[in-house]
Order: sequence, then structure tokens, then C-alpha cells
Amino acid sequence: MKRILHHMSHYKKESFLAPLFKLLEACFELVVPLIIAAIIDRGIAVDTGTPDKLFIYQMCLCLVAFAVVGFICAVVAQYFAAKAAVGVSSEIKCSLFKKIQTLSFTDFDTLGNSRMITGMTSDVNMIQNAINLVMRLFLRAPIIVFGAMIMAFTVDATAAVTFVVVIPLLSVVVFGIMALTVPLYKKVQENLDRILGITRENLNGTRVIRAFGQENNEIKRFKNANTEFSAMQKFVGKFSALTNPLTFLLINAAIIILIYSGALRVSAGKLSQGQVVALYNYMSQILVELIKLANLIVSVTKGIASAKRIDTILDMTPDMKESGSEEFKGGDIEFKNVSLIYKNAGAPSIININLSAKKGQTIGIIGGTGSGKSSVVNLIPRFYDISEGSIKIGGKDIKDYSVKSLRENIGIVPQSAFLFKGSIRDNIKMGNENATDSEIVDALKAAQAYDFVSEKNGGLDYMLEPSGRNLSGGQKQRLTIARALVRRPSILILDDSASALDYATDSALRSSIASLDYNPTIFIVSQRASTVFNADKVLVLDDGESVGYGTPNELLQNCEVYKEIYYAQFPDEKKEA
Amino acid sequence: MKSKATVKKSTLKNIFKYLKGYKLSFLFTLLMGAVSVAMALYIPYLIGQAIDCITENQPIDFPEIRSILFKGAMAIAVSALAQWLMNIINNKIAYNVVRDMRNDAFQKIEVLPLNYMDTHRTGETVSRIISDAELFSDGLLLGFTQLFTGALTIMGTLFFMLSISPFITAIVVILTPISLFVASFIAKKTHSMFVLRASTNAEQTAFTDEAIVGQKVIAAFGRQNKKQIEFDEINERYRVCSLKAIFFSSLVNPCTRFVNSIVYAAVALAGAFSVIGVSGNAGILFTAITIGNLATLLSYANQYTKPFNEISGVITELQNSFTCAERIFALIDEEPEIPEKDDAFVIQRPSGQVTLENVCFSYVPDKPLIQNLSLTVQSGKRIAIVGKTGCGKTTLINLIMRFYDVKDGSIEIGFTDINNTQLTADIRNVTRKSLRASYGMVLQETWLKRGSIKDNIILGKPDATDEEIIAAAKAAHAHSFIKRLQNGYDTLIGEDGGSLSQGQKQLLCITRVMLCLPPMLILDEATSSIDTRTEQQIQAAFGTLMEGRTSFIVAHRLSTIRNADLILVMKDGNVVEMGSHRELMAKKGVYAELEAAGQAAVKNE
Repeated sequence: MKRILHHMSHYKKESFLAPLFKLLEACFELVVPLIIAAIIDRGIAVDTGTPDKLFIYQMCLCLVAFAVVGFICAVVAQYFAAKAAVGVSSEIKCSLFKKIQTLSFTDFDTLGNSRMITGMTSDVNMIQNAINLVMRLFLRAPIIVFGAMIMAFTVDATAAVTFVVVIPLLSVVVFGIMALTVPLYKKVQENLDRILGITRENLNGTRVIRAFGQENNEIKRFKNANTEFSAMQKFVGKFSALTNPLTFLLINAAIIILIYSGALRVSAGKLSQGQVVALYNYMSQILVELIKLANLIVSVTKGIASAKRIDTILDMTPDMKESGSEEFKGGDIEFKNVSLIYKNAGAPSIININLSAKKGQTIGIIGGTGSGKSSVVNLIPRFYDISEGSIKIGGKDIKDYSVKSLRENIGIVPQSAFLFKGSIRDNIKMGNENATDSEIVDALKAAQAYDFVSEKNGGLDYMLEPSGRNLSGGQKQRLTIARALVRRPSILILDDSASALDYATDSALRSSIASLDYNPTIFIVSQRASTVFNADKVLVLDDGESVGYGTPNELLQNCEVYKEIYYAQFPDEKKEA
Repeated sequence: MKSKATVKKSTLKNIFKYLKGYKLSFLFTLLMGAVSVAMALYIPYLIGQAIDCITENQPIDFPEIRSILFKGAMAIAVSALAQWLMNIINNKIAYNVVRDMRNDAFQKIEVLPLNYMDTHRTGETVSRIISDAELFSDGLLLGFTQLFTGALTIMGTLFFMLSISPFITAIVVILTPISLFVASFIAKKTHSMFVLRASTNAEQTAFTDEAIVGQKVIAAFGRQNKKQIEFDEINERYRVCSLKAIFFSSLVNPCTRFVNSIVYAAVALAGAFSVIGVSGNAGILFTAITIGNLATLLSYANQYTKPFNEISGVITELQNSFTCAERIFALIDEEPEIPEKDDAFVIQRPSGQVTLENVCFSYVPDKPLIQNLSLTVQSGKRIAIVGKTGCGKTTLINLIMRFYDVKDGSIEIGFTDINNTQLTADIRNVTRKSLRASYGMVLQETWLKRGSIKDNIILGKPDATDEEIIAAAKAAHAHSFIKRLQNGYDTLIGEDGGSLSQGQKQLLCITRVMLCLPPMLILDEATSSIDTRTEQQIQAAFGTLMEGRTSFIVAHRLSTIRNADLILVMKDGNVVEMGSHRELMAKKGVYAELEAAGQAAVKNE
């Protein structure tokens, strides 16, 4: 909620003018019963028996004039309300998107994609709807309600006491039901997250689901979640559905009391007949207004529930603190007793790792599946912060550098080759916005991707489908490599990024990377011993621990795990040895 | 392209189809609506009588007032109760209809041709099932609660007004339709704005989806600002078209209210003269009424206009939700996979023989990929498919599994019937489910769903015992890492496998296949993210698994396929060479070249 108020403050003018014009409109409406009372008492004048026709004409013209002014006010109010609602929700979306961009990898893993997508879509729409309604009707209702009460007092103070009793009762009903249903609507939205999650999973995993004949199970799973969702909606609906009949009941009860006490007052000579009609009209106005309100209160309640959900995302302080501001200068890289425990994980993923890389050296990291290879390289660009030990580049702790300048100097090729919808050029330019076409071509050539790119229709302008679906696995990997190379990074990280390449391409790739003219420090994560042959140093990991560190030849002498990996790939040499 | 009108008509028809199942609820809600409206309208009538008791006779007849007010109290109670019941039932109908629509849309996803997923952004489809359905349900609900009672109120009010003063009723009847004209005029003008808004919304959702999924890449390259700028651009477009749609559609309310105020003034004028009485010819029109009557009429005029207000508001709302419904129905009505033949049969004992005859296929009509491919695979053989990336290896798998249908030619699968006779059948004559169940598939891209490790393993065999699961995991070398996880096999993993490494994900996918042991195997670059050591162990496990099973292996590393029975070398969608390792080496063709390149690459290091 406080976030919304913050954004509302950017629309001060609109948020002020919309209700103001609503107020004006309401004022004109509030005068109407007085005019009617005047028509009855002075125009028709049953008591005296001398009707004043001119007065009736004048008053009716007055009604028309008020209608015109009221109309203009309403249009103006409508415009500002819409402008504020759309503006605020668009700002919220924008800051949500910004927030999501700043979240650390750990936050991302815990929050989940579905939650963020419902937040950006469904929740923001609910808020927009709610703001618009609040501006247009929510503020109008109290104005009319209290206005009618005050007017009633001007008519007759004693009879108006009924208003004083019934209005607080009404507020209890309206706000009580709101308070009751806000947390329930939050649950409804959480159920929506689940439906969305299942839908996405099924769209992304169609092949596997069909290969395993899981269609019916998935449909069952979706139906269960969906049924739960609609059951929850219906459950909340039962409470929300009370608002309307209850307000109706209360106000009509008040009207009955009003008429009866009015009758008593008239009989005592303290009230005119016209005044009774006016009082009745005021109560009717409250009725009409509140029933309109009751119909819309659900939307407002939903909006509040959504706002709370969005607040939890916006309030997340990124798990990782930006602590340093130094410009990255590069230099030797040193890991000292580094350990990492992922959030919510029981055991550390890597323990006590030491390594050092001189500028321009190549470090191989090798080990079994799940041994922590990726975790080690993910620490260098600070995707995750270490739990213990220290990582230094050029003698300075990496936390002393600003994250931006640190990452700007690192080219990373992640395990899963993710590409964006758009042209090949745009995708490569992600690595370096200012890259010229010839620089892009150089990067593509180094990544062994130039041949297939130039065969594509349009070459660099060839459009990739979402997630690069229209490329093969190997092609995607080579483009992600080119994307990292085009920035000419001083540290290059290849996280098992040649796995889908055939040997010939893989080897050509390695030799072209080894001869890069800007001489980056290279980290190569791999499963294959052949990949790390030329490395200056190799770190061998087993179950998160370092079981060997040295040159490939040293390791072949003294590291059991390395030997095993090596001879698994070159069984012939084992016989010789 | 269907014309706009027919689209609208079919949308309406579709909506009614979903409402069909709720006939009884529908009748009941109509009844409750009628009761609540009748009672609500009866109240001002009674109040008018009570006011007359106050104004007409002196001294005031208190017993009469009491009895009138008592009737009023009863009417109020009945009306309120009926309203509540009506609301609950309306909720039920609206939410259930949307639930049913979502179910159907989801079911459609499961039968859509693969081509649909391959060419549509996930986020766009998600937006249809989530946001559009949501907006539709809101509109439907509002439509129910307000359109009904609105229409009933109008009819009821007219009836009561008519009983008081036909002339004033006539004034009201002539003036109020203006507001409907205004409303429908605005609705027509704003329809295209809502369509634009919905499609911009889908675009934004798709963009967001992609940015969220690829966020790690964005962060790694520090492209947050660039993405933010792109997002802001879409967001600004959405803001502008949203503002237009919302503002112009919201004009309906003030416009109709303005018309109503005029009506109110006219009733006050005509009413006042009716009370006084008018001399002359015009006087015939003015039925004499009391002050109480005037109060009732004014209250009616107020209430009468309310439904017009609401109906016109509802019309825009409904229109918006129609736009959304159209988008959901477009998904539901999407052409499904070519339906199975009526006599498609379940393959129970596939023999493992697969025959391709003159198969032609292309994804895009004018770009032929596979042309006239013929091939016979004997049962129990190992077929390796090699070739440069993009040569059609994965496409071949798509065809064998019938993810895509051949454009020409046929694929046949061998099976054994109950008399132990060997037969073959075109795969289009077999149920898809049984065809796919004949294959165990490990794909290049791993896919895991949210749930426990166990849930993910038992996909192919839901009734597997824990022992079977562990045995399969051990055979796939996944057991050791699974048991180290926090809750072992019950550890919950998030969307897309959460924090598991690529290799671990792949091991889980292999375990899946190990568990259900289908008669044929497809391994599509499956072991690429696993270290050589584990890979060897898996290869050994697969070796046992492949014993007697027809296997298709798509691989890049020639070393792993040397002992395949048949190696297909593919280039540009065609099989250019075919034979055993030895034969192909002797041939000194493409395969021998690939092999030499691989050897050289290894030696160089």
C-alpha cells in the first residue's frame, strides 16, 4: 500500500483534481432534494393552496443547469482519475521490472518466475482498476453520505439523528467485510500463481510430457489447482456478496424509522411535509450511492490484496549488497579458503577452495556432475556471494569493486544457452552495445559461429524465435560464446559451454580462444579432460571439495580423480601407461 | 479472415455454450433477481403511501402508517435475502464458467501441434489463460449482477410508475433511451481501443516472461538498463492505449447520468404540475397525483436511471471482457493435432522395427528439409545419427515420435500381434500415446516440473515402488546425488529444476527412462552435460538397457557410437552415408572426415 501512495504522490495534481471535481459534482447533486423540497413547499404549496408556477419553472431550470455543470465536472474527474490510475499502475510495473532486474540470483531462485509474472500482470491490473474506482467512486461515496447527513441536519436536527446512527453502522459493515476479505483475496492470487506455473511448465515441456504420455495427468493436475482456485473465489465471494444486501437492509430500515419519526414530528407541527420528503430523498441518495459502492468494493478489496503482494516484491532488499565503488582494473585472481552455502541449502556446495590465476592464464575446472564446478565460477562475477574466505582480483577483494564494473569486464558463457527473441545482431550486442558489425563478425568467427550465421537468411539480421528455438543446441551455444567474446572481456568464463559441439568445432573453438589478441584470463569448466589439456592450472573438484590442483601433467601423476576422468576419455593411453 | 460481426457472434455462441450447464442456477438467479427487484421497488411505493398519510390527513393516521411500514420492513428483509442468494449464485456461475474455460484451454495445450509451441511465445499463451480469463470473469460477473437486475428494475419501475401517472411515465420512456444510444455509441468507438489494449498487454507479458526467464543472462551482461528501456517503451505504449480505452469508455457514466438528471428535472416539473392540476386542454394529460406520489415518482426516476447507468457501464465492461473471451476462444478453437483415426489401435508389443519410406518433411513450406528419406531399422539395432548441427537429426526424431507429421511418404512401426505374427503399421494408424510409450526419450533440453524428485522420476511409470525408483536411480548414477539432497527423493525442486545443475537435471531425465524401460530408445545428445566419468558409467548402463532394444542415438562424439550397428551420416536433411563404423571408414567419405577431424582435435592437445 505504501508503495502505491508513493507513486500516487507523482500524480498529485490528478489525485487532487479528480476527487475535487467529484466533490463538486456531488455538491450539485446534494442540492437537488432541497430544490424538490422547495418545489413542494413553495411551488405546489398544498398548505396555502396558492401554487407558484413561475417558481416551479425556475427551480426545474435550476435542476437542468446543475445537470450540465455536474456533467462537465464528472468528465473532468473521469479524465484525471483514469490518468492517475493508468499512470500509477504503469509506474508500479516499471519499478517492479526494475526491482526484478536488481534481485540477486538467490532472490530469484526463491521467488520463482510465476510469482513475478502474476505480479507484473494480474496484480498490477487489479491495482489499476482499484485506483480508478477509488478516485471516481470511493471518494464520492463518503462525500455524498456525509453531505447528505449534514444537509439532513439543516432540514431537521432531531430527525437527522437517524443518520448519525446508521452511518457508523454502515461503515462497520463495509470496512468489516473488506478487512475480512483482503487476506482471502491474497490467497486467491496465490492460487493463481500456481495455475500460471503449471501452464508455463506445460508450454515449455510439451515434448517430454507427450513422450511420456503425461497429458492426462497434467490435465488432472491443472484441473485440481483450477478447482481449488475457483473454490477459493467462491468462498470469498460469499462474504463479499453480503455487502450489498446488508447496506440495503440498513438504509431501508433507517428510512422506515425516519418516516415514522417524521410523522411524529409533523403531527407535533415541528416539520413540514416537504421536509419529510427531503429527508427521505437524502436517505435514498445514500442508498443509491452505497449500493453502487458495494458493487465495486470487491474490486477495491482485490486491489489492496494485490498491492500487498507487490509490496513484498518491492520491499525485498536485494540479497547482495553493493558494497564497493572501485573501478575494476583487472589483474591476478585469487581464491582463498572459499566456501559457499546456498540459501536454504543444508550443506555447503563448495568447501575451502584455493586457486590463483595470473593475468592471461587459463584455469581448467573439472569434476563430476554436481561437484560444484559452476558454483566456483559463478562466484567471480558475484552471482552469489561467498559464505567464507575471500576472492581477490588484482589484490583487491571483489566486494570492493562496483558490481557493474566487475561484470562489465567479465564475459561469461552460461551452461544453458539462453537467447532472446530478436535478430542475431541484437543478441550478440547484448555483450557490447557499441560493437560494430565487423567486431560482431570477428566474435562470431572466433566462436566458430560465422559459417552458420552467414548461411542464414539475412545473416546478422536473422530473427531468432523466443529462447532461440529455431536454432540447434550447438548453434545456440556458439552464439552465446560470441556474445561473451564481443565485449573483449579481461576475464572469460566458459561454463561447460561447448557440450553440444562436435569435437572438430570444439577444438577449433579452443584454439581460436587461446589466440585471442587481448589475452583474457580464462576459466574453462568442463567434463572432458581434453578440454583442459592446455590449461596452465587445473582444479579438480569432487563433491564440492578440491581433490587436486596443478598442471595437467602433475595431476596425471598424482590425482586419482583426474586420472579416472582422463583415462575414461582416452582408454587407449591407459593400456600404454 | 472472419468478419468482425461473425467473430462476435461466434464468441457469443461460445459463451452460451459454457453457460448451458448452469440452466437451473440461471433460472434460480433470475427468480431471486425478480423477487429482490420487485420488493425493492415496492418499498418506495409503500413509503409514498406513508408520506401521503402524513401530508393528506390531519391528524395523522398512526395505525395506518405502522401497518404500511411493517409491510415495508418485510419487503426489505425479503429483498435483502434474495439479493444475497442471487450474488452467491452469480459468483458460482461466473467462476465456474471461467474455470471450465481455463480447463478447456489447458486441455487444448496438450493436444496442439508442436508447431504451435515452437512458434508462439510462452508468455502470450499464458496471458490468454491467466489475464484474459480473469478479465472475462470480472465482466461476466458484473454483467450478471447488474444487467439482470437492471433490466428487471426498469420493467418493474415502469409498471409502478404507470400505475401512478401514465403521462409522466411516457416522458421517462421517451427520454431515457437517449442514454442507451450514447452508451452504445461510445462502446462502439472504444472497442478497437480495448482490442489494442489486450494485444499490447499480451506483448508486454511475453516480454516480461522472457526477461524473467533470461534474467541471469541479462544480469551477467549488465544489460538491465537496455531491457528497462525496451520495457519502458512497451509500458508507455500500454499506458497510452490503456488511458484512451479507460477514459473514453468511462465517459458513458457521466453521459448517461446527465441524461438522467434531465429526466429527473422533467419528472419534477411534470409531477409538480400534476399535483397542482393544469387547466385547459393539456390538463387531460396530467393525471392528478398526491405529494406522496410525487416523492415516489422522483425516487423511481432516481432508481430507474440507476440501472441505465449501470447497464451502460456494464456494456463497456462486457465489451472489454468480450475482447478477452475472443482471445481465449481463439486458443480453444485452435486446430489440434490431426486427430487419431477412429480405428487407431494401441500398439502393445512393438517389435522394434522401424521403416521410413520416401519421407519428405519441412517446417516451412518453401524450405524443404528432409527429402525422400528411406530407411529400414531392424529390431534390436543401434542406430547412430551423426552430422553437423542443423542437418536434420532432431527433425528425424520429431518425425519418428510423431511430434510432427511427415509431409509425404510414411513411417511404419513393427509389432507382434496376439498370434505372435510380425506385422507393421503406419504410425498414423496407431494411437499417439502407445506409439510414444514405445520409446524412451532423453532430450537435449532437460525438463523438470515443480514437485519432488520422485514425482519427476515416476513420469513414465506412476505406480513404481520406492525400490524400483532407487534401482533406476542407481542404474542412472543419480542415486548418489539425490540422497545427498536435503530430503532425498522427497526434495522439492522449483520451476525448471530450480537450483539443480544441468548435469544433475540430465541424470534425472535418464532415471525417468531407466524406470519405465520402453522397447525403443531415443537419446538426443543426452549425455552432453555429464562428465566423462559418469558418462562412461551411464553408457555402460545404457549398454545393458539397449540390449535387445532398438535405439536411436543422436550424438556428436563419434567415440561413443563406434559400436553402433548402423550409422547414419546426415547432411542438409539427407542421409549421405549409411553403414557400420568400419564400412564408413573404408569409404573415406564424410564420416571418415568427421572422424579424422575429431582425432586431430584430440591429438593436438
